[in-house]
Amino acid sequence: MSETQSLREWLLTETPTSRRHAKISAVYQGWLSFRSNTMAMIGLGILVLLVVVAAAAPVLAPHDPFVQDLGNRLAPLWSDGHVFGTDSLGRDILSRLIYGARITLYIVALVALIAPVAGLLVGTVSGYVGGWTDTVLMRITDIFLAFPRLVLALAFVAALGAGIENAVLAISLTAWPPYARIARAETLTIRSSDFISAIKLQGAGPLRIITKHIWPLCISSLIVRVTLDMAGIILAAAGLGFLGLGAQPPSPEWGAMISEGRRFILDHWWVATVPGLAIFTVSLAFNLLGDGLRDVLDPKAGE
Amino acid sequence: MNKLNVHDLNVWFGKHRDRVDAVKGASFDVAQGESFGLVGESGSGKSTILRAITGLAPDWSGAMALDGNPIPKARPKAFFKTVQMVFQDPYASLHPRHSVDQVLGETLHLHGFKDIDARVVKLLDDVGLGQKFRFRYPHQLSGGQRQRVAIARALAPEPELLLLDEPTSALDVSVQAEILNLLSDLRRDRGLTYLMVSHDLSVVGHMCDRLAVMKDGEIVEILDVASLRAMKSTHPYSKQLLEASL
Amino acid sequence: MMEKLLDIENLWVRFPSRNGVFDAVRGVSFTLGRERLGIVGESGSGKSMTGRAILRLIRSPGIVEADHINLEGQDLLQLPEKKMREVRGQRISMVMQDPKFSLNPVMTIGDQIIEAYRLHNSVSKADAYAKSLEMLEAVSIRNPERVMRAYPHEMSGGMGQRIMIAMMLIPNPEILIADEPTSALDVSVQRQVLDIMDKLVKDRGMGLIFISHDLNLVADFCDRVLIMYAGRIVEVCDADKLHEATHPYTRGLLNSLPRLDPPRDRLDVLKRDPEWSEAESVSGRI
Repeated sequence: MSETQSLREWLLTETPTSRRHAKISAVYQGWLSFRSNTMAMIGLGILVLLVVVAAAAPVLAPHDPFVQDLGNRLAPLWSDGHVFGTDSLGRDILSRLIYGARITLYIVALVALIAPVAGLLVGTVSGYVGGWTDTVLMRITDIFLAFPRLVLALAFVAALGAGIENAVLAISLTAWPPYARIARAETLTIRSSDFISAIKLQGAGPLRIITKHIWPLCISSLIVRVTLDMAGIILAAAGLGFLGLGAQPPSPEWGAMISEGRRFILDHWWVATVPGLAIFTVSLAFNLLGDGLRDVLDPKAGE
Repeated sequence: MNKLNVHDLNVWFGKHRDRVDAVKGASFDVAQGESFGLVGESGSGKSTILRAITGLAPDWSGAMALDGNPIPKARPKAFFKTVQMVFQDPYASLHPRHSVDQVLGETLHLHGFKDIDARVVKLLDDVGLGQKFRFRYPHQLSGGQRQRVAIARALAPEPELLLLDEPTSALDVSVQAEILNLLSDLRRDRGLTYLMVSHDLSVVGHMCDRLAVMKDGEIVEILDVASLRAMKSTHPYSKQLLEASL
Repeated sequence: MMEKLLDIENLWVRFPSRNGVFDAVRGVSFTLGRERLGIVGESGSGKSMTGRAILRLIRSPGIVEADHINLEGQDLLQLPEKKMREVRGQRISMVMQDPKFSLNPVMTIGDQIIEAYRLHNSVSKADAYAKSLEMLEAVSIRNPERVMRAYPHEMSGGMGQRIMIAMMLIPNPEILIADEPTSALDVSVQRQVLDIMDKLVKDRGMGLIFISHDLNLVADFCDRVLIMYAGRIVEVCDADKLHEATHPYTRGLLNSLPRLDPPRDRLDVLKRDPEWSEAESVSGRI
């Protein structure tokens, strides 16, 4: 392109000159749309901060999160060297919070990888193929939907032992059915579209149709749903941690921190409240991000 | 030998009590190089016949033959190299997330062509779209432009029989004229055979050589366009339709 | 000299967007008497926007400006929203394209008609019911009691549209705006619906604004025709003289229609002259 055309013009062009150009242009326009939503940007900002904090934990944390100082237990906020005070074993809460961010991200990433992908697979195949496959897959989905998360986690703990991985597995196994339902509903709608008929008339088989034609259309709603579910997933992990089924002590998982601080809530409220606020903030951030993404990705709302 | 023979075609949807017979005992022939129209109001079954021919309507009985060979229940890939379809709604017949290049490229790939780039360029030229539309997405195209892309997609496998399902009814009058001219030119230049469905008698009168009038799933009359213009239709329903269109 | 029901001068409808301001209607002026006025144009010509602007149905961020929109002397643009609500439906009514989308799918037809009636007239339910039956018979619906009990999805397109017309005419408005009322209907049903509209409009001495993309239909049905292009009126003529139209856009539209009578090899393709959208809007005043 000519030198006089600025980068912005190149990105916003109505006549892309290559595949790469077209894709980059589409992404940029989506970004512009997202950027105009202040609340969504705040959500994004908080999450970026979370990732940075987790990555830079060794640098940012003022103390070692596992070091105990029984002489300085339950120190209040703003006490010497401990911005958020210390917990029942004298460990610095701020440092534990920072390292706990890593665990939160780990949980979020794992569940986000497993649940929606499984749901997409099951839902699209079920919706496209129909018939017995559909019935069987949907009944399997119903079975998993019927499990209360905590009961399943208990079962896993009993079978495999407590630990963060098993907690994540338990959460994923109960989180995927709604995605399967969404994917199936979208597939049913898309399946009867003319553009699907058209590609069938070119001799396309079900695999190509599902992966190249149906998945791109389902993915937007799944992404939105995942971000909106994140809040619930973090809370579920926290709940499991709270019950002692997830991250095991001395791991600084936020839910476990709340559990430990529960006994002191009346006199030393910050021990439980500070990690609680962290969970609240991250959940809120995911909600805001999810809302913003939906406005950008929802095909009905625009392009 | 006729390009397409349809004999005693019945198409139905649903089973037993819920069964709806969309097409009942339809019979007609389309000669090589001819342009044949199927006219009727909504619910007459005309689009359903096209779907039955392409295999998109699974429950049918009767006989259909292409170039004298009976059309099998499972359409082989070779069938789609000969028979292609252009759909009615240009806003629904293109995948919203695929660019024009992807749509044409995928079609060419599925039919086993190797020189995809060159063919995409030529197809876009043949339908009157320039190269600047190649990487656009459907939402960046007008209705007429989308329909041209749909026509390009149908032409990609170099078919001989083109099924047109109300190709211009969703378009503005001025755009309709362009698309109809394009279709006429393509047919003349490539010796294509057309089976065109429309509710608009004047479009059919302009584009077709012969036509069948349908009502409630049945063909009530087959006549040639000259008779249509001279208002020499025999069936009362055809007369009714003619009068309403003038 | 026909009495003027509606007098619109210099109507503009604008939509601000991220890429600048889009003017959907640009300086349109016309009057409407007790006649059938057709507004013809393709998509994007601004014809539907004009209809909606008259009823002030265009919401923010759309901006409606005009020198005046006078309904029998009273400027509708100056009215507060509360007063405008009394005008809508009562004095100016609107019938839209697809009855599937303009009738409430979860209420019976009877409930909807009665509700519409009682919005503008304080009568008992029994009186409203009787009036509704009367209206349904006036639009040639043979079994009005059954229709009153039915739901919109049980009605065919033609019946739905006749019900819409009945509903819209109950409050006895002075003007009816019909926005593509027959575009979603089959050809044989179109005629029926148009005949009903025609009869009702004539009997009640109403003014009718008929918005459509179908030039021939409008020429057949209306008394006067306004042809719109890119937000402006490019030509005004009497319906029976439409085929003698002079503006190149109108001629272009007429020539690009496929016709049954003289067979033609190719249809004339409209070559859009940018001049048409630059030129001043032709006044549709009588």
